[in-house]
Amino acid sequence: MPLTGFLGIQYDFQWSVLWTGENGRWLLQGIWTTLRLSTLAWIVAWVLGILSGALRTVPFWPLRTLVTFYVEFFRNVPLLVWLFFWYFGAPQFLPRTAQDWLNLHGPEFWSAVVGLSVYHGARMSEVIRAGIQSIPKTLLEASVATGLSVGQAYRLIIIPIALRLIVPPATNESLNLLKNSSLALTIGVAELTFMSRQIETYTAKAFEALTAGTLIYLVMCLGIASVMGQVERYFRIPGLIARVGRAEH
Amino acid sequence: MSFDWGIIIANWKFLILQGLMGFGAFGGGTLRLAIPALVLGFILGVIVGLCRLAHRPWIHYPAVLYVEFFRGVPLVMVIFWFWFLIPQMTGQRLPEYTVALTAFVVFEAAYLGEIVRAGIQSVPRGQVEAATAGGLSYRQMMVHVILPQAIRNMIPSLVTQFIVLFKDTSLASIIGMMDLTKAAQTVSQREIRPFEMYLFIAVVYWIFTYSMSRFSQWLEVKMSPERAPTRRAALRAATAEAPA
Repeated sequence: MPLTGFLGIQYDFQWSVLWTGENGRWLLQGIWTTLRLSTLAWIVAWVLGILSGALRTVPFWPLRTLVTFYVEFFRNVPLLVWLFFWYFGAPQFLPRTAQDWLNLHGPEFWSAVVGLSVYHGARMSEVIRAGIQSIPKTLLEASVATGLSVGQAYRLIIIPIALRLIVPPATNESLNLLKNSSLALTIGVAELTFMSRQIETYTAKAFEALTAGTLIYLVMCLGIASVMGQVERYFRIPGLIARVGRAEH
Repeated sequence: MSFDWGIIIANWKFLILQGLMGFGAFGGGTLRLAIPALVLGFILGVIVGLCRLAHRPWIHYPAVLYVEFFRGVPLVMVIFWFWFLIPQMTGQRLPEYTVALTAFVVFEAAYLGEIVRAGIQSVPRGQVEAATAGGLSYRQMMVHVILPQAIRNMIPSLVTQFIVLFKDTSLASIIGMMDLTKAAQTVSQREIRPFEMYLFIAVVYWIFTYSMSRFSQWLEVKMSPERAPTRRAALRAATAEAPA
Protein backbone atom coordinates (compact mmCIF):
# COMPACT_ATOMS: atom_id res chain seq x y z
CA MET A 1 0.00 0.00 0.00
CA PRO A 2 2.13 2.90 -1.19
CA LEU A 3 -0.36 5.68 -0.46
CA THR A 4 0.04 6.42 3.22
CA GLY A 5 -0.41 9.74 4.95
CA PHE A 6 0.33 13.27 3.91
CA LEU A 7 4.12 13.26 3.81
CA GLY A 8 4.38 9.58 3.07
CA ILE A 9 3.23 10.17 -0.49
CA GLN A 10 4.79 7.69 -2.83
CA TYR A 11 4.16 8.36 -6.43
CA ASP A 12 5.95 7.08 -9.47
CA PHE A 13 6.30 9.99 -11.86
CA GLN A 14 6.17 9.10 -15.53
CA TRP A 15 6.15 12.33 -17.49
CA SER A 16 6.64 10.39 -20.69
CA VAL A 17 2.95 9.41 -20.65
CA LEU A 18 2.27 12.89 -21.99
CA TRP A 19 3.84 12.20 -25.35
CA THR A 20 3.96 8.41 -25.78
CA GLY A 21 1.35 6.60 -27.83
CA GLU A 22 -1.78 8.52 -28.70
CA ASN A 23 -1.50 10.86 -25.72
CA GLY A 24 0.57 13.59 -27.31
CA ARG A 25 -1.82 13.81 -30.22
CA TRP A 26 -4.78 13.90 -27.83
CA LEU A 27 -3.32 16.83 -25.94
CA LEU A 28 -2.72 18.77 -29.14
CA GLN A 29 -6.22 17.99 -30.36
CA GLY A 30 -7.54 19.17 -27.01
CA ILE A 31 -5.70 22.48 -27.29
CA TRP A 32 -6.96 22.91 -30.86
CA THR A 33 -10.58 22.22 -29.86
CA THR A 34 -10.34 24.58 -26.87
CA LEU A 35 -8.97 27.35 -29.09
CA ARG A 36 -11.51 26.74 -31.86
CA LEU A 37 -14.43 26.62 -29.42
CA SER A 38 -13.28 29.72 -27.53
CA THR A 39 -12.54 31.76 -30.63
CA LEU A 40 -15.88 31.00 -32.29
CA ALA A 41 -17.78 31.70 -29.08
CA TRP A 42 -15.72 34.83 -28.48
CA ILE A 43 -16.62 36.31 -31.86
CA VAL A 44 -20.34 35.58 -31.44
CA ALA A 45 -20.23 36.88 -27.86
CA TRP A 46 -18.78 40.19 -29.04
CA VAL A 47 -21.44 40.52 -31.73
CA LEU A 48 -24.19 39.75 -29.21
CA GLY A 49 -22.62 42.04 -26.64
CA ILE A 50 -22.34 45.03 -28.97
CA LEU A 51 -25.79 44.41 -30.45
CA SER A 52 -27.52 44.12 -27.09
CA GLY A 53 -25.50 46.99 -25.66
CA ALA A 54 -26.66 49.20 -28.52
CA LEU A 55 -30.28 47.99 -28.41
CA ARG A 56 -30.50 48.83 -24.70
CA THR A 57 -30.25 52.51 -25.61
CA VAL A 58 -32.94 52.66 -28.34
CA PRO A 59 -36.03 54.74 -27.53
CA PHE A 60 -38.50 51.84 -27.93
CA TRP A 61 -39.29 50.23 -24.62
CA PRO A 62 -40.46 46.72 -25.66
CA LEU A 63 -37.14 46.11 -27.41
CA ARG A 64 -35.21 47.54 -24.48
CA THR A 65 -37.07 45.32 -22.03
CA LEU A 66 -36.45 42.26 -24.19
CA VAL A 67 -32.72 42.93 -24.38
CA THR A 68 -32.49 43.69 -20.66
CA PHE A 69 -34.27 40.41 -20.01
CA TYR A 70 -31.75 38.57 -22.19
CA VAL A 71 -28.78 40.12 -20.40
CA GLU A 72 -30.11 39.70 -16.87
CA PHE A 73 -31.46 36.19 -17.35
CA PHE A 74 -28.53 34.67 -19.20
CA ARG A 75 -25.68 36.09 -17.19
CA ASN A 76 -27.23 35.22 -13.83
CA VAL A 77 -27.68 31.50 -14.45
CA PRO A 78 -24.72 29.09 -14.24
CA LEU A 79 -23.09 28.34 -17.57
CA LEU A 80 -23.26 24.62 -16.84
CA VAL A 81 -27.05 24.78 -16.71
CA TRP A 82 -27.08 26.60 -20.04
CA LEU A 83 -24.80 24.01 -21.61
CA PHE A 84 -27.14 21.21 -20.50
CA PHE A 85 -30.09 23.23 -21.69
CA TRP A 86 -28.65 23.87 -25.15
CA TYR A 87 -27.34 20.35 -25.55
CA PHE A 88 -30.12 18.21 -24.07
CA GLY A 89 -33.14 20.48 -24.07
CA ALA A 90 -33.12 22.82 -27.03
CA PRO A 91 -32.26 20.80 -30.17
CA GLN A 92 -35.60 18.93 -30.17
CA PHE A 93 -37.31 22.19 -31.16
CA LEU A 94 -35.14 22.69 -34.21
CA PRO A 95 -36.53 21.85 -37.63
CA ARG A 96 -35.74 18.37 -38.97
CA THR A 97 -33.06 19.55 -41.41
CA ALA A 98 -31.25 21.58 -38.76
CA GLN A 99 -31.26 18.55 -36.44
CA ASP A 100 -29.80 16.39 -39.20
CA TRP A 101 -27.08 18.94 -39.89
CA LEU A 102 -26.30 19.11 -36.19
CA ASN A 103 -26.05 15.34 -35.86
CA LEU A 104 -23.68 15.21 -38.80
CA HIS A 105 -21.41 18.01 -37.55
CA GLY A 106 -21.17 17.13 -33.87
CA PRO A 107 -24.02 18.45 -31.73
CA GLU A 108 -21.76 18.71 -28.65
CA PHE A 109 -19.42 21.22 -30.19
CA TRP A 110 -22.12 23.47 -31.64
CA SER A 111 -24.22 23.36 -28.47
CA ALA A 112 -21.12 24.42 -26.56
CA VAL A 113 -20.51 27.27 -29.01
CA VAL A 114 -24.10 28.47 -28.60
CA GLY A 115 -24.07 28.06 -24.81
CA LEU A 116 -20.75 29.85 -24.33
CA SER A 117 -21.51 32.69 -26.73
CA VAL A 118 -25.03 33.41 -25.48
CA TYR A 119 -23.84 33.39 -21.85
CA HIS A 120 -20.75 35.48 -22.48
CA GLY A 121 -22.60 37.77 -24.89
CA ALA A 122 -24.80 38.81 -21.98
CA ARG A 123 -21.74 39.37 -19.80
CA MET A 124 -19.92 41.23 -22.57
CA SER A 125 -22.94 43.48 -22.95
CA GLU A 126 -22.53 44.56 -19.33
CA VAL A 127 -18.82 45.20 -19.83
CA ILE A 128 -19.51 47.40 -22.86
CA ARG A 129 -22.32 49.24 -21.09
CA ALA A 130 -20.16 49.95 -18.04
CA GLY A 131 -17.38 51.24 -20.31
CA ILE A 132 -19.71 53.60 -22.14
CA GLN A 133 -21.34 54.80 -18.95
CA SER A 134 -17.99 55.64 -17.38
CA ILE A 135 -17.43 58.34 -20.00
CA PRO A 136 -18.82 61.59 -18.65
CA LYS A 137 -21.41 63.34 -20.79
CA THR A 138 -19.44 66.55 -20.39
CA LEU A 139 -16.66 65.08 -22.53
CA LEU A 140 -18.91 65.17 -25.59
CA GLU A 141 -20.10 68.65 -24.69
CA ALA A 142 -16.53 69.86 -24.28
CA SER A 143 -15.48 68.31 -27.61
CA VAL A 144 -18.35 69.99 -29.41
CA ALA A 145 -17.61 73.28 -27.64
CA THR A 146 -14.08 73.27 -29.07
CA GLY A 147 -15.57 73.25 -32.57
CA LEU A 148 -15.70 69.55 -33.48
CA SER A 149 -18.80 68.19 -35.15
CA VAL A 150 -20.62 65.42 -33.26
CA GLY A 151 -19.27 62.86 -35.73
CA GLN A 152 -15.72 64.11 -35.26
CA ALA A 153 -16.17 64.18 -31.50
CA TYR A 154 -17.19 60.52 -31.53
CA ARG A 155 -14.48 59.49 -33.97
CA LEU A 156 -11.61 61.44 -32.42
CA ILE A 157 -12.50 61.66 -28.74
CA ILE A 158 -15.27 59.43 -27.43
CA ILE A 159 -14.60 56.12 -29.21
CA PRO A 160 -10.80 56.14 -28.69
CA ILE A 161 -11.31 56.75 -24.98
CA ALA A 162 -14.17 54.23 -24.70
CA LEU A 163 -12.06 51.53 -26.36
CA ARG A 164 -9.21 52.15 -23.94
CA LEU A 165 -11.58 51.94 -20.99
CA ILE A 166 -13.13 48.71 -22.24
CA VAL A 167 -9.88 46.85 -22.98
CA PRO A 168 -9.03 45.73 -19.39
CA PRO A 169 -12.48 44.38 -18.45
CA ALA A 170 -12.97 42.93 -21.93
CA THR A 171 -9.66 41.08 -21.67
CA ASN A 172 -10.75 39.81 -18.29
CA GLU A 173 -14.03 38.60 -19.76
CA SER A 174 -12.33 36.98 -22.75
CA LEU A 175 -10.08 35.02 -20.42
CA ASN A 176 -13.15 33.97 -18.46
CA LEU A 177 -14.57 32.63 -21.69
CA LEU A 178 -11.40 30.69 -22.42
CA LYS A 179 -11.42 29.16 -18.94
CA ASN A 180 -15.15 28.50 -19.06
CA SER A 181 -14.77 26.57 -22.31
CA SER A 182 -13.49 23.78 -20.03
CA LEU A 183 -17.10 23.17 -18.96
CA ALA A 184 -17.80 21.82 -22.43
CA LEU A 185 -16.30 18.52 -21.25
CA THR A 186 -19.55 17.86 -19.41
CA ILE A 187 -21.43 17.52 -22.70
CA GLY A 188 -18.64 15.53 -24.30
CA VAL A 189 -16.63 18.08 -26.28
CA ALA A 190 -13.09 16.75 -26.53
CA GLU A 191 -11.36 19.95 -25.42
CA LEU A 192 -8.26 20.33 -23.28
CA THR A 193 -9.72 19.34 -19.89
CA PHE A 194 -11.53 16.41 -21.49
CA MET A 195 -8.28 15.21 -23.07
CA SER A 196 -6.30 15.50 -19.81
CA ARG A 197 -8.98 13.40 -18.14
CA GLN A 198 -8.83 10.90 -21.00
CA ILE A 199 -5.06 10.55 -20.65
CA GLU A 200 -5.58 10.09 -16.91
CA THR A 201 -8.14 7.35 -17.55
CA TYR A 202 -5.97 5.48 -20.03
CA THR A 203 -2.65 5.72 -18.17
CA ALA A 204 -3.79 6.11 -14.53
CA LYS A 205 -1.24 8.93 -14.29
CA ALA A 206 -3.47 11.66 -12.90
CA PHE A 207 -0.71 13.93 -11.61
CA GLU A 208 1.07 14.21 -14.96
CA ALA A 209 -2.12 14.58 -16.99
CA LEU A 210 -3.61 17.27 -14.74
CA THR A 211 -0.29 19.13 -14.59
CA ALA A 212 -0.13 19.25 -18.38
CA GLY A 213 -3.67 20.59 -18.68
CA THR A 214 -3.18 23.14 -15.89
CA LEU A 215 0.10 24.45 -17.30
CA ILE A 216 -1.37 24.83 -20.79
CA TYR A 217 -4.29 26.87 -19.42
CA LEU A 218 -1.89 28.98 -17.35
CA VAL A 219 0.34 29.68 -20.34
CA MET A 220 -2.63 30.63 -22.51
CA CYS A 221 -4.20 32.89 -19.85
CA LEU A 222 -1.03 34.59 -18.65
CA GLY A 223 0.14 34.95 -22.26
CA ILE A 224 -3.03 36.70 -23.40
CA ALA A 225 -3.10 38.82 -20.23
CA SER A 226 0.48 40.02 -20.70
CA VAL A 227 -0.04 40.77 -24.41
CA MET A 228 -3.16 42.78 -23.60
CA GLY A 229 -1.25 44.53 -20.81
CA GLN A 230 1.34 45.60 -23.39
CA VAL A 231 -1.42 46.81 -25.72
CA GLU A 232 -2.91 48.85 -22.90
CA ARG A 233 0.40 50.45 -22.00
CA TYR A 234 1.16 51.17 -25.64
CA PHE A 235 -2.14 52.99 -26.23
CA ARG A 236 -2.22 54.80 -22.91
CA ILE A 237 -2.91 58.50 -23.21
CA PRO A 238 -0.43 60.28 -20.93
CA GLY A 239 -2.17 62.29 -18.27
CA LEU A 240 -5.68 61.41 -19.34
CA ILE A 241 -6.23 58.02 -17.79
CA ALA A 242 -3.60 58.25 -15.15
CA ARG A 243 -4.00 54.78 -13.69
CA VAL A 244 -4.64 52.20 -16.37
CA GLY A 245 -5.63 49.07 -14.51
CA ARG A 246 -3.77 45.86 -15.17
CA ALA A 247 -5.76 43.37 -17.21
CA GLU A 248 -7.28 40.96 -14.74
CA HIS A 249 -7.92 37.37 -15.53
CA MET B 1 -43.67 18.81 -29.02
CA SER B 2 -45.62 18.93 -25.79
CA PHE B 3 -44.49 20.17 -22.44
CA ASP B 4 -45.01 18.47 -19.12
CA TRP B 5 -44.47 21.00 -16.38
CA GLY B 6 -46.05 18.60 -13.88
CA ILE B 7 -42.72 16.83 -13.40
CA ILE B 8 -41.46 19.88 -11.53
CA ILE B 9 -44.25 19.58 -8.98
CA ALA B 10 -43.86 15.81 -8.87
CA ASN B 11 -40.15 16.16 -8.06
CA TRP B 12 -40.04 19.41 -6.15
CA LYS B 13 -39.01 17.83 -2.85
CA PHE B 14 -36.02 16.19 -4.46
CA LEU B 15 -35.07 19.29 -6.43
CA ILE B 16 -35.53 21.94 -3.77
CA LEU B 17 -35.01 20.18 -0.46
CA GLN B 18 -32.26 17.83 -1.61
CA GLY B 19 -30.71 19.70 -4.51
CA LEU B 20 -30.92 23.30 -3.40
CA MET B 21 -30.89 23.01 0.40
CA GLY B 22 -29.04 19.73 0.91
CA PHE B 23 -31.53 18.07 3.25
CA GLY B 24 -31.70 14.44 2.27
CA ALA B 25 -29.93 11.15 1.97
CA PHE B 26 -27.38 12.38 -0.60
CA GLY B 27 -25.84 15.25 1.37
CA GLY B 28 -24.54 17.95 -0.93
CA GLY B 29 -26.90 20.81 -1.68
CA THR B 30 -26.21 24.06 -3.50
CA LEU B 31 -26.78 26.37 -0.53
CA ARG B 32 -25.11 24.00 1.91
CA LEU B 33 -22.00 24.24 -0.27
CA ALA B 34 -22.12 27.93 -1.20
CA ILE B 35 -22.52 29.46 2.26
CA PRO B 36 -19.65 27.67 4.08
CA ALA B 37 -17.50 28.11 0.96
CA LEU B 38 -18.01 31.86 1.10
CA VAL B 39 -17.33 32.14 4.84
CA LEU B 40 -14.22 29.94 4.83
CA GLY B 41 -13.06 31.37 1.52
CA PHE B 42 -13.33 34.88 2.93
CA ILE B 43 -11.26 33.97 6.00
CA LEU B 44 -8.56 32.49 3.75
CA GLY B 45 -9.00 35.48 1.41
CA VAL B 46 -8.24 37.95 4.22
CA ILE B 47 -5.03 36.06 4.94
CA VAL B 48 -4.08 35.99 1.24
CA GLY B 49 -4.92 39.68 0.81
CA LEU B 50 -2.89 40.72 3.86
CA CYS B 51 0.04 38.60 2.70
CA ARG B 52 -0.11 40.23 -0.72
CA LEU B 53 0.15 43.63 0.91
CA ALA B 54 3.05 42.60 3.13
CA HIS B 55 6.45 44.17 2.46
CA ARG B 56 8.52 41.12 3.24
CA PRO B 57 9.18 39.36 -0.09
CA TRP B 58 8.91 35.81 1.29
CA ILE B 59 5.36 36.59 2.40
CA HIS B 60 4.44 38.82 -0.54
CA TYR B 61 5.53 36.65 -3.47
CA PRO B 62 3.92 33.34 -2.41
CA ALA B 63 0.62 35.24 -2.09
CA VAL B 64 1.07 36.79 -5.56
CA LEU B 65 1.83 33.34 -6.96
CA TYR B 66 -1.23 31.88 -5.26
CA VAL B 67 -3.55 34.52 -6.68
CA GLU B 68 -2.07 34.45 -10.18
CA PHE B 69 -2.12 30.67 -10.31
CA PHE B 70 -5.72 30.16 -9.32
CA ARG B 71 -6.97 33.00 -11.48
CA GLY B 72 -5.26 31.53 -14.51
CA VAL B 73 -6.73 28.05 -14.20
CA PRO B 74 -10.32 26.93 -14.81
CA LEU B 75 -12.27 25.94 -11.71
CA VAL B 76 -13.05 22.53 -13.26
CA MET B 77 -9.33 21.81 -13.32
CA VAL B 78 -8.98 22.80 -9.64
CA ILE B 79 -11.88 20.52 -8.69
CA PHE B 80 -10.26 17.62 -10.55
CA TRP B 81 -6.98 18.33 -8.79
CA PHE B 82 -8.58 18.03 -5.36
CA TRP B 83 -10.64 15.05 -6.46
CA PHE B 84 -7.36 13.32 -7.26
CA LEU B 85 -5.01 14.81 -4.62
CA ILE B 86 -7.07 14.43 -1.44
CA PRO B 87 -7.24 10.62 -1.60
CA GLN B 88 -3.51 10.58 -2.42
CA MET B 89 -2.63 12.70 0.59
CA THR B 90 -5.02 11.32 3.19
CA GLY B 91 -5.08 7.76 1.94
CA GLN B 92 -8.85 7.59 1.92
CA ARG B 93 -11.73 8.70 -0.24
CA LEU B 94 -13.65 11.64 1.14
CA PRO B 95 -17.25 12.49 0.28
CA GLU B 96 -17.82 14.64 -2.80
CA TYR B 97 -19.10 17.44 -0.58
CA THR B 98 -15.79 17.75 1.30
CA VAL B 99 -13.77 17.67 -1.91
CA ALA B 100 -15.95 20.32 -3.52
CA LEU B 101 -15.89 22.54 -0.42
CA THR B 102 -12.09 22.36 -0.21
CA ALA B 103 -11.72 23.16 -3.90
CA PHE B 104 -14.12 26.11 -3.68
CA VAL B 105 -12.49 27.59 -0.56
CA VAL B 106 -9.01 27.40 -2.06
CA PHE B 107 -10.13 28.69 -5.47
CA GLU B 108 -12.36 31.49 -4.24
CA ALA B 109 -9.76 32.68 -1.73
CA ALA B 110 -7.65 33.85 -4.67
CA TYR B 111 -10.48 36.06 -5.93
CA LEU B 112 -11.61 37.12 -2.47
CA GLY B 113 -7.99 37.92 -1.59
CA GLU B 114 -7.91 40.45 -4.43
CA ILE B 115 -11.14 42.00 -3.16
CA VAL B 116 -9.66 42.25 0.34
CA ARG B 117 -6.50 43.83 -1.04
CA ALA B 118 -8.46 46.41 -3.06
CA GLY B 119 -10.63 47.11 -0.01
CA ILE B 120 -7.63 47.72 2.23
CA GLN B 121 -5.99 49.90 -0.40
CA SER B 122 -9.18 51.96 -0.63
CA VAL B 123 -8.72 53.13 2.97
CA PRO B 124 -7.07 56.57 2.89
CA ARG B 125 -3.39 56.65 3.74
CA GLY B 126 -4.05 59.24 6.46
CA GLN B 127 -5.85 56.58 8.49
CA VAL B 128 -2.65 54.51 8.68
CA GLU B 129 -0.62 57.57 9.63
CA ALA B 130 -3.13 58.64 12.27
CA ALA B 131 -3.25 55.15 13.76
CA THR B 132 0.54 54.95 13.84
CA ALA B 133 0.78 58.43 15.34
CA GLY B 134 -1.78 57.37 17.94
CA GLY B 135 0.61 54.66 19.06
CA LEU B 136 -1.27 51.59 17.79
CA SER B 137 0.65 48.46 16.88
CA TYR B 138 0.31 46.99 13.35
CA ARG B 139 -2.15 44.38 14.62
CA GLN B 140 -4.23 46.92 16.54
CA MET B 141 -4.26 49.25 13.58
CA MET B 142 -5.45 46.49 11.22
CA VAL B 143 -8.10 45.09 13.56
CA HIS B 144 -9.52 48.35 14.92
CA VAL B 145 -8.93 50.94 12.20
CA ILE B 146 -8.19 49.56 8.73
CA LEU B 147 -10.19 46.33 8.44
CA PRO B 148 -13.52 47.73 9.69
CA GLN B 149 -13.39 50.46 7.04
CA ALA B 150 -11.97 48.15 4.39
CA ILE B 151 -14.67 45.52 4.91
CA ARG B 152 -17.35 48.17 4.53
CA ASN B 153 -15.82 49.16 1.19
CA MET B 154 -15.61 45.54 0.13
CA ILE B 155 -19.25 44.62 0.70
CA PRO B 156 -20.54 45.30 -2.85
CA SER B 157 -17.67 43.34 -4.44
CA LEU B 158 -18.20 40.56 -1.91
CA VAL B 159 -21.86 40.25 -2.85
CA THR B 160 -20.87 40.12 -6.53
CA GLN B 161 -18.31 37.44 -5.77
CA PHE B 162 -20.91 35.49 -3.83
CA ILE B 163 -23.12 35.51 -6.91
CA VAL B 164 -20.22 34.12 -8.93
CA LEU B 165 -19.57 31.51 -6.25
CA PHE B 166 -23.24 30.56 -6.12
CA LYS B 167 -23.27 29.97 -9.87
CA ASP B 168 -19.94 28.13 -9.70
CA THR B 169 -21.28 25.59 -7.19
CA SER B 170 -23.07 23.96 -10.12
CA LEU B 171 -19.65 22.59 -11.09
CA ALA B 172 -19.68 20.37 -7.99
CA SER B 173 -22.15 18.21 -9.91
CA ILE B 174 -19.30 17.19 -12.24
CA ILE B 175 -17.71 15.08 -9.50
CA GLY B 176 -21.15 13.78 -8.54
CA MET B 177 -22.18 16.00 -5.65
CA MET B 178 -25.96 16.15 -5.38
CA ASP B 179 -26.64 19.85 -5.88
CA LEU B 180 -29.46 21.54 -7.77
CA THR B 181 -27.85 20.84 -11.16
CA LYS B 182 -27.18 17.18 -10.37
CA ALA B 183 -30.70 16.75 -9.02
CA ALA B 184 -32.14 18.20 -12.23
CA GLN B 185 -29.85 15.97 -14.27
CA THR B 186 -31.07 12.92 -12.36
CA VAL B 187 -34.73 13.78 -12.81
CA SER B 188 -34.24 14.75 -16.44
CA GLN B 189 -32.57 11.43 -17.23
CA ARG B 190 -35.34 9.47 -15.56
CA GLU B 191 -38.22 11.41 -17.07
CA ILE B 192 -36.54 12.41 -20.36
CA ARG B 193 -37.71 15.98 -19.90
CA PRO B 194 -34.48 18.01 -20.25
CA PHE B 195 -36.09 21.17 -21.58
CA GLU B 196 -38.51 21.64 -18.68
CA MET B 197 -35.99 20.54 -16.06
CA TYR B 198 -33.08 22.75 -17.07
CA LEU B 199 -35.28 25.74 -17.71
CA PHE B 200 -36.79 25.29 -14.26
CA ILE B 201 -33.46 25.21 -12.43
CA ALA B 202 -32.29 28.14 -14.55
CA VAL B 203 -35.19 30.11 -13.08
CA VAL B 204 -34.38 28.90 -9.55
CA TYR B 205 -30.74 29.94 -9.91
CA TRP B 206 -31.84 33.21 -11.46
CA ILE B 207 -34.18 34.10 -8.57
CA PHE B 208 -31.27 33.79 -6.15
CA THR B 209 -28.59 35.51 -8.20
CA TYR B 210 -30.80 38.29 -9.49
CA SER B 211 -32.10 39.20 -6.05
CA MET B 212 -28.53 39.21 -4.76
CA SER B 213 -27.43 41.48 -7.60
CA ARG B 214 -30.31 43.87 -6.88
CA PHE B 215 -29.31 43.78 -3.22
CA SER B 216 -25.74 44.61 -4.19
CA GLN B 217 -26.90 47.59 -6.28
CA TRP B 218 -29.09 48.83 -3.43
CA LEU B 219 -26.20 48.43 -1.02
CA GLU B 220 -23.86 50.37 -3.25
CA VAL B 221 -26.26 53.27 -3.43
CA LYS B 222 -26.92 53.07 0.29
CA MET B 223 -23.24 53.08 1.17
CA SER B 224 -22.11 55.87 -1.11
CA PRO B 225 -25.17 58.11 -1.44
CA GLU B 226 -23.06 60.91 -2.89
CA ARG B 227 -22.49 58.93 -6.09
CA ALA B 228 -26.06 57.88 -6.87
CA PRO B 229 -28.79 60.29 -7.86
CA THR B 230 -31.22 59.52 -5.04
CA ARG B 231 -34.40 61.52 -4.77
CA ARG B 232 -33.10 63.51 -1.84
CA ALA B 233 -29.79 64.24 -3.55
CA ALA B 234 -31.59 65.30 -6.71
CA LEU B 235 -33.80 67.54 -4.64
CA ARG B 236 -30.80 69.03 -2.89
CA ALA B 237 -29.10 69.64 -6.24
CA ALA B 238 -32.24 71.18 -7.65
CA THR B 239 -32.70 73.50 -4.71
CA ALA B 240 -29.01 74.41 -4.71
CA GLU B 241 -29.18 75.37 -8.36
CA ALA B 242 -32.37 77.33 -7.93
CA PRO B 243 -31.79 81.08 -8.08
CA ALA B 244 -31.71 82.55 -4.62
